[in-house]
Amino acid sequence: MTTAAISQPDVLRPGRFTLVLRYLRRNLGLVLGLLIVLGLMVFTVHGLLTVDPKGAYPLAVRPKLPPSLQHPFGTDFFGRDLYSAMVVGLWQTALIGIIAGTLGTTIGVVLGFTAAYFGGIFDTTIKGICQILTPIPAFLIQVIIAGSIDKREVTIYTMAFIVLLFSWMGPTLVIRSQVLSMKERQFVLVSKLSGMGDIGIIFQEILPNLLPFIAAALVGQVFASMFASFYLAVLGLGPLREPLLGNIIWAAQSQGAFFNGWWWWPLIPAGAMVLILFSLALINMGLDELANPRIRRTE
Amino acid sequence: MSLRKVIGRLLFLILVIWAASTITFFVPRISPRNPIRERFAQLSRIGGFSPEDLEAIVASYNTKFGLDKPLLEQYFDYVASIARLDLGVSLSQYPKTVTQLIGESLPWTIGLLLVTTLLAFVFGNLLGAAAAWPRSPGWLRAIALPFVLLMGIPPVIMAVFLLFFVGFRWKLLPLGGAFSTGMVPDWTSFAFYVDLFRHQLLPALALLLGTIGGWVLSMRGMGVTIQGEDYVLFAEHKGLGGFTIFKDYYLRNAMLPQMTGLALSFGAVVTSGIVIESMFGLPGLGRVLTQAIQSNDFMVIYGVVLFITIAVATLMMIVELLYPLLDPRIRQN
Repeated sequence: MTTAAISQPDVLRPGRFTLVLRYLRRNLGLVLGLLIVLGLMVFTVHGLLTVDPKGAYPLAVRPKLPPSLQHPFGTDFFGRDLYSAMVVGLWQTALIGIIAGTLGTTIGVVLGFTAAYFGGIFDTTIKGICQILTPIPAFLIQVIIAGSIDKREVTIYTMAFIVLLFSWMGPTLVIRSQVLSMKERQFVLVSKLSGMGDIGIIFQEILPNLLPFIAAALVGQVFASMFASFYLAVLGLGPLREPLLGNIIWAAQSQGAFFNGWWWWPLIPAGAMVLILFSLALINMGLDELANPRIRRTE
Repeated sequence: MSLRKVIGRLLFLILVIWAASTITFFVPRISPRNPIRERFAQLSRIGGFSPEDLEAIVASYNTKFGLDKPLLEQYFDYVASIARLDLGVSLSQYPKTVTQLIGESLPWTIGLLLVTTLLAFVFGNLLGAAAAWPRSPGWLRAIALPFVLLMGIPPVIMAVFLLFFVGFRWKLLPLGGAFSTGMVPDWTSFAFYVDLFRHQLLPALALLLGTIGGWVLSMRGMGVTIQGEDYVLFAEHKGLGGFTIFKDYYLRNAMLPQMTGLALSFGAVVTSGIVIESMFGLPGLGRVLTQAIQSNDFMVIYGVVLFITIAVATLMMIVELLYPLLDPRIRQN
């Protein structure tokens, strides 16, 4: 028996890279968000290479100078160069968000999986604790913790820890509900019948399918953590010496910057914070779209 | 909703309050700071009394506040005092109780937050519903757009921009405070109310502008789904007027999830309210809290935090208990 050789029509299959590019063209919000983050990273790296970070701390330069060529963002009441302060402060603000957000999401994934996959007493306990803690405004508890620590001892790492303590409930509940729905799918049943162990099912079957959700939860969590630490700092509960964006706004407000005409002092950190929050919101929405095939735009 | 559900909800509320009071009790005690010692050490630097005096004062206050008892006993005393609505005494404004301080500042906070939250909710939902409703005029949709663009800018940052443009550049509104310096609070004079209003406007706008967009978007999403529903089509074919459909078939159904959203937003509202009050120097709970933080007045910090937590949890419960009034389906189950 001979098989007739059917000549395959020449189909140009676009490469993976082209496909990614084409998808990004449809998801412009994600691209814009990533571009802003990239811009902020370039600003920080360029700044760290060219500017003396000492300028971000008090008594480094002549105080209260408006923006000029020498000090593009001006200097503040305490003698900090605001350009150096932005270089250091943007990075520190982001670092708190990244540390607390990553750890919070990790805890959420572990607890969410445990609760949903093993069920029973695990589920009751974890879900119960989350539900009781959720109505308590986390920010207020963070205020208490931050207020109980000696202000001289607060570092950006303690800030991240304070934010982390009450930021794992959200991701836990989200991941839990996702695993609950995933657990009932056919392919999980098939793997179970074929003798696969729990660990194998979790890591090889369920986790890969949840990755887009986890990525979206991670970005959302970094966003929320950065926000929480920013608010704490605006209330004067941050590490007071560090040029965190919230700290600078707090210092400006408590020195009556607008009353005294030093308008650039609070305005510049506020602008920087808008850029960070805006880019993260765009990335979050973009990832949501990527994770949810129902609203994903096709060609 | 059955009585059993109401009781279950109340028990849950008590559980939440218990959890909050337990956290506010144990967290500060894990920290090595002693509020009373710090408070009087601070005073002794100004007042100049001897270290022996300081020790004696600290010891007597420790006894007075029961801080020399075992931790577990303190904890039960604390929970019992909260059940009696006794939040303790302020350390920096001594004879005043925390409840008094809260009582003095609460009207300011309620005034600001109630007005801004309700305005944002009503205005945002109406705009969102109009944006999704096919027969609404174009200018109405155009109004919604700027609010959606402003969405996500946190009130604090909005406040900085408003202060810069409206207060500093254009000099239209005052930069802070509850009323002009030199103005005597006189609740009978019209001029005082005008002054008060001018001072509340910027903080209110800071809280409003960023939040309206969220309601617009969620309501619009809801509205688009409801338009496809059969009962809307049926109502149209029955020949009901556009406004009746809009009000009774469309808005009413879309409102239900929005009410849940409102209940969930209380925590965020209070958070930004506190920060905004302290930024603008308004005499509300936010300023009480920030002043207490600066003067290490721990009793006030814990009292205010606990009070707000209880208030938020109770409000959330009330909204949940109101659902059956809005939704007949829940009422029948």
